[in-house]
Amino acid sequence: MSRLTRLPSVAYAVFIYSFLYVPIAILVAYSFNDSKLNAVWKGFTFAWYAKLWTNTSILEAAKISLTVGFFSTVISTMLGTLVAVGMYRYRFRGKGMIDAMLYVPLVMSEIVMGIALLAFFSMIKVPLGMGTLLIAHITFSIPFVVVVINARLKGFDQSIEEASKDLGANEWQTFRLITFPLLGPAIAASAMLAFTISIDDVIVSFFVAGPDSTTLPLQIFSMVRHGVTPEINALSTLMLIVTLTFVVFAQKLQTRKR
Amino acid sequence: MKARKGFRLILVLLILASFIMSGCGSEATTDSSDEKVLNVFNWAEYLPKKVIKDFEQETGIKVNYGTYSSNEEMFAKLNTGQGQYDLAVASLYYVDVLIKEGLVEEIDQGKIPNVKNIGEEFLGKDADPEDKYSVPYLWGEELIVMNTDLVDKKVTSIKDLLDPQFKNSLVILDDPRTVIGSALAVLGYSPNSTNEKEIEEAGKWLKKLKPNIKVFDSDNAKALLASGEVKGGIVYGAEASLAIRENKAIEKIYPKEFLSLWQDNFVIPKGAKHKENALKFIDYILRPEVSKEIVMDYPYANPNTEAVKLLPEDIRKEIDIPEEEAKRGTHMKDVGEATVIYDRIWAELKQ
Amino acid sequence: MLKKENATLATDIPIKPKIKHSKKKINLAAIWTISPVTIWLLLFLFIPLFFILVVSVMSRGTYGGIEYTFTLENYARFFEPLYLRIIVVSIAMAAATTLICVVFGYPFAYIIAQSPAKYRTLLLLLVIVPFWTNSLIRTYAWIVLLRTEGVINTILLKIGLIAEPLTLLYNSGATLIGFVYTLFPFAVLPLYASIEKLDRTFLEASSDLGGRPWQTFLNVTLPLTFPGVVAASLLVFIPTLGLFFISDLMGGAKTMIIGNLIKNQFLTARDWPFGSAASIILMVLTLMMILFYLKVSGGKTDDTELL
Repeated sequence: MSRLTRLPSVAYAVFIYSFLYVPIAILVAYSFNDSKLNAVWKGFTFAWYAKLWTNTSILEAAKISLTVGFFSTVISTMLGTLVAVGMYRYRFRGKGMIDAMLYVPLVMSEIVMGIALLAFFSMIKVPLGMGTLLIAHITFSIPFVVVVINARLKGFDQSIEEASKDLGANEWQTFRLITFPLLGPAIAASAMLAFTISIDDVIVSFFVAGPDSTTLPLQIFSMVRHGVTPEINALSTLMLIVTLTFVVFAQKLQTRKR
Repeated sequence: MKARKGFRLILVLLILASFIMSGCGSEATTDSSDEKVLNVFNWAEYLPKKVIKDFEQETGIKVNYGTYSSNEEMFAKLNTGQGQYDLAVASLYYVDVLIKEGLVEEIDQGKIPNVKNIGEEFLGKDADPEDKYSVPYLWGEELIVMNTDLVDKKVTSIKDLLDPQFKNSLVILDDPRTVIGSALAVLGYSPNSTNEKEIEEAGKWLKKLKPNIKVFDSDNAKALLASGEVKGGIVYGAEASLAIRENKAIEKIYPKEFLSLWQDNFVIPKGAKHKENALKFIDYILRPEVSKEIVMDYPYANPNTEAVKLLPEDIRKEIDIPEEEAKRGTHMKDVGEATVIYDRIWAELKQ
Repeated sequence: MLKKENATLATDIPIKPKIKHSKKKINLAAIWTISPVTIWLLLFLFIPLFFILVVSVMSRGTYGGIEYTFTLENYARFFEPLYLRIIVVSIAMAAATTLICVVFGYPFAYIIAQSPAKYRTLLLLLVIVPFWTNSLIRTYAWIVLLRTEGVINTILLKIGLIAEPLTLLYNSGATLIGFVYTLFPFAVLPLYASIEKLDRTFLEASSDLGGRPWQTFLNVTLPLTFPGVVAASLLVFIPTLGLFFISDLMGGAKTMIIGNLIKNQFLTARDWPFGSAASIILMVLTLMMILFYLKVSGGKTDDTELL
């Protein structure tokens, strides 16, 4: 890039990054503001964090989010990995259809999935709650897992698997000793992705959560709806820190692998 | 070696997960009436958290508390997932619908001794003449509010809200039934009209009002008012009182042409799994000192006459609806088949 | 060498199993790996969708509920001016969001792709990080900025640029900001992926042949990165139609997009058949866009690009 074009480029990038970050920065800053209603800076305080800590509905919601996130990640990663490997390895009639099936949730509007599940659970008279929430989260996570694992499988050297079989290992042993370790990083990545989308989901959860399963995003939704309070800022800041730590950690892990 | 370890871990997780799953399943299907859980469905901003906490502490029953912002939302949820909630709160005209649709259980008032604290005039309402299905919670009015710092005009009626000076600066309840009802009343019709032409006319009138509406909001009007985000609007009485606590320039106005009153009752949805706990909860709420505490935080008018006696003077003034106003007030009624028309008119207005 | 031959063989003759084992054994393993997810998705996605499709041609009872009599009225209702307008407004909003995201995202993705390799990952990561925070929190951040007593008005009043607070929140402009802010990273990533893959020699060839920069851009860069542009548009356009909470929170519940319409039919108006019909229409719309994408990208879907 020539010198002449560099300056506008940098300026433009700075502009976009500020669009992305200024709202978040202000959100964080105002979590320390000693005023409930006003945007005027009244002084520094940790009060909103203290208040957050005693807010049982938020803590409860965080617990639910983590629980659902954990189990949906474990189950969807297992199911997704299994099907990705199977689809990669075997050929059979109707494969194209299953392939298409796997992609449908990826491109479908979330609200349609939420509505369909709500109607379905209502029809078969299953009360909404943790169970239905978990089912929904697993359903929308599976395709993401499949995509990530697929990407890895595409660059896969099949000769290693074949060598293993030539040496007398059976399918299961080959999978356990060869395929699985090779897929390790991809499985970790897909699990992380599944966890993130589960933790972050608003729309599908909105329709399928029951009285005992208000997730953190749903809790935030009702808090935002019922008023602007610095407590939400404090909560957001904490969540940001957790996310950032997570990202940095994952990044470190990846670079070390390389 | 390493890989093997990882594999075992996954296997363990799988087994664990299947356990949890089956746990969820059985919890969902068995009728566990002596389980110490209660699923409550109530309006947002209607019951202080502390009251729930105290109840949990006293009884050891865990309360899952869900909220909604309109009767319609409540009804839709009860319709979709039967057996999800053990206790809900509905305005009288929806109590009527719920009974007609067979969506509520009978309530044995013998198990709620504190019903004696409820004033005569709040029982035996048309919606539930024998008090077989519902127990009063709170009641109130819908009135006009104006921030006198931002508005000079003397507003006395709903019609006055059409004034172009209110352009994009009013908050209106996000409630199809009462808002269309008010518009009907402004036009001189019954607020419970089932005549399609009249309802459509009311819709047209509301369309004239729409440029002045900044927000449709039923549960956070107080913050919008207090912060000056809106100049005024039509809100619930308690929301007005709460806004006044924060901002003294706000004024309550009883609209000249029509005053809408409402009363919210507890109901037990059909298929409730923790019915006994629900009865305990109702009885707890009806204790004068508990009911008083609720009104301290959410100053709605209280049918619990014993609780009102305990209230400090200033709060009693806040929740007071002057007698002559209350007398001319009207309760909304179920409109039956016409509900579909109301829904349509509302959708048109929102567009 | 042998390995390569094997691979080509396998792709050339797709019917033949890749790995030589007894047929029975392979089928069993295939069933074990593939059926769990297939059954799961059938049960929890396709049967529910089919149910929605069935409900969409039924009638509504007085208080909601479904009356099992066949009718196409639910679809016909979309041709009434009211609902036609909702669809038009939704599409216009989604199109505006897409346009803004792509127009601002393209040069941005280009700059990142052209930056020194050692910074690239970091720059890209910086785009993704906000997208890792909860979308409601991001929406909330804008409410804090835009409301009458919000940060922007406070600052403008303080420095005396305005005398009265501006009305920034609760209108369609605010909704648009909410959409763009939520979905911007979805546009940047596929754009970046396609720009990064761009073969620089084409660009050099173009300028060697006397092409001006803008000619090169229009005739070479843009066509070559067009699949990326379409992917970005898709990833922004489709979710926009469903983001009901942004129009509720930032638009003051005044304008409906099709997502709000669907939500309201199920959660307030209790008109399941009509809500189902709206969902089906939304799905068809989505499907049409994806078919269009597959057409322009020449049928080659790159998974990573879509992510």
